[in-house]
Amino acid sequence: MTIKSLFIANRGEIAVRIIKAAKALGIRTIQAASEADTGSLACKLADDVVVIGPPQAAKSYLDIDAVVAAITASGADAVHPGYGFLSENPRFVSAVQAAGVIFVGPDAETIAKMGDKATARAEAIAAGVPVVPGSEGLISDLNDARAQARRIGYPVMIKASAGGGGRGIRIVDDEASLETLVPQAMAEARAAFGNDSLYMERYISRARHIEVQVLGDGTDVVHLFERECSLQRKRQKVWEEAPAANLPQRVRDAICASAVALAKRVHYKNAGTLEYLYDSETEEFFFIEMNTRIQVEHPVTEAITGIDLVQAQLRVAGGERLWFSQSDIEAKGHAIEVRINAENPLKMFMPSPGLITGYAAPAGDAVRFDTLLYDGYQIAPYYDSLVGKLIVAANDRASAIDALTSALDTLKIEGIHTTVPLHKALASNPEVRNGRFHTAWLEGWMGAGGLSAKS
Amino acid sequence: MAKQLLSPLPGVFYRRPSPDEANFKNDGDAVAAGDTVGIVEAMKSFFPIEAEEAGVAIRFLVEDGAAIDAAQAIAEMD
Repeated sequence: MTIKSLFIANRGEIAVRIIKAAKALGIRTIQAASEADTGSLACKLADDVVVIGPPQAAKSYLDIDAVVAAITASGADAVHPGYGFLSENPRFVSAVQAAGVIFVGPDAETIAKMGDKATARAEAIAAGVPVVPGSEGLISDLNDARAQARRIGYPVMIKASAGGGGRGIRIVDDEASLETLVPQAMAEARAAFGNDSLYMERYISRARHIEVQVLGDGTDVVHLFERECSLQRKRQKVWEEAPAANLPQRVRDAICASAVALAKRVHYKNAGTLEYLYDSETEEFFFIEMNTRIQVEHPVTEAITGIDLVQAQLRVAGGERLWFSQSDIEAKGHAIEVRINAENPLKMFMPSPGLITGYAAPAGDAVRFDTLLYDGYQIAPYYDSLVGKLIVAANDRASAIDALTSALDTLKIEGIHTTVPLHKALASNPEVRNGRFHTAWLEGWMGAGGLSAKS
Repeated sequence: MAKQLLSPLPGVFYRRPSPDEANFKNDGDAVAAGDTVGIVEAMKSFFPIEAEEAGVAIRFLVEDGAAIDAAQAIAEMD
């Protein structure tokens, strides 16, 4: 059935984005809002607003019972979850479907399967998609470690299987170091976690983050080429682009084909993203995980393909089969997105919520600004710091970076600190301009005083 | 005159590192320079509030879990 009314179970810029897509399709919009969000841009634009709970996300946007009750009461025939919050929560998806409402995304089973790293890895292997070479099971002793490391190839990374958040990780360059580091790691793991089993995988020192956008209708799956998101800080993407810079066409074809193979294997329905690590020295790529939702950085793909991904999500969820085939999709030019966060990049990225005392959207041809901002808006401290995404497109990467610089100069956000100075510094950095970076580059550059030295 | 401890940013104030742990400081405790007396959650990040100088007999002015403004005094000490 075609969707006639849509409940938006999210907030911020993505809620605004979803409302615009729904309106373009003639769909009525019902916006969920916490008590802190009733004055948001999304609430101003939606046809209806439903207050779902107090400001804290745990008591509003993350409260499955409260959100499902609001959906049912609203009479909406579909729910768009956006990204974050409940978008990849199988329990929420099941509750929505049990209420007889369409979930704009894959079914609960697919989300559970692809959201678990171990099962997603197994599906990838079954689909013939390369994964980061790792130990088969856990490592029991030094002999086992030696054999596994020879098979995987140095350098390897050893982790305590009971550890988390980077604790107990060691990088091992060769067999001589392995002889000392494995017993050490085991002793430490035993002391820290009461369990000395280790896991080992190939260490990719200068990995790039490349991801492939897919769109499926449950039977057919197409890819919409790749994005590169290697510029990251604390594992948060800062700057994203499509296509990836300096990626050999042969690699692009292979990585996109592998994404389609995996998505087809799980009969993927709706928009999804397969994330890979890419080693530009060996030209190898490895699947790491799948995100079963729309991503923050989807606009760069829209800019190069001309396909509106959120509208496509709504049409597929409404029961349409894909209305184009792979050969109809062409990538043209180059697009870059930068995330404008309410943070002070010159003061350790301290959050900077507050009142917007002046605002002007960026100007320029092929400039897009997806935002929650308006003049006089009070940015609350309860949610993440993303206030806007500046997207520019041009014929080639160098022109896109020039367009980004001009657009950043015309964007005016007053009353709070933002990450605009960071993006200006990146846009003028020779290594960024040459596309020579990896996922650890930005933090290394900042650690060396790159940001303060520039501005 | 009492020394005030101010929050550097708006957010939600917590007196404990996590719900299962003890308060960083209790009313009447002595505080050394650099001691953490609380944390502020803002925009999904946590920031410690540290005492810039030593003091005796800290007194908290806001409750655990309360919303606070930038530069609001969260505690004072002698």
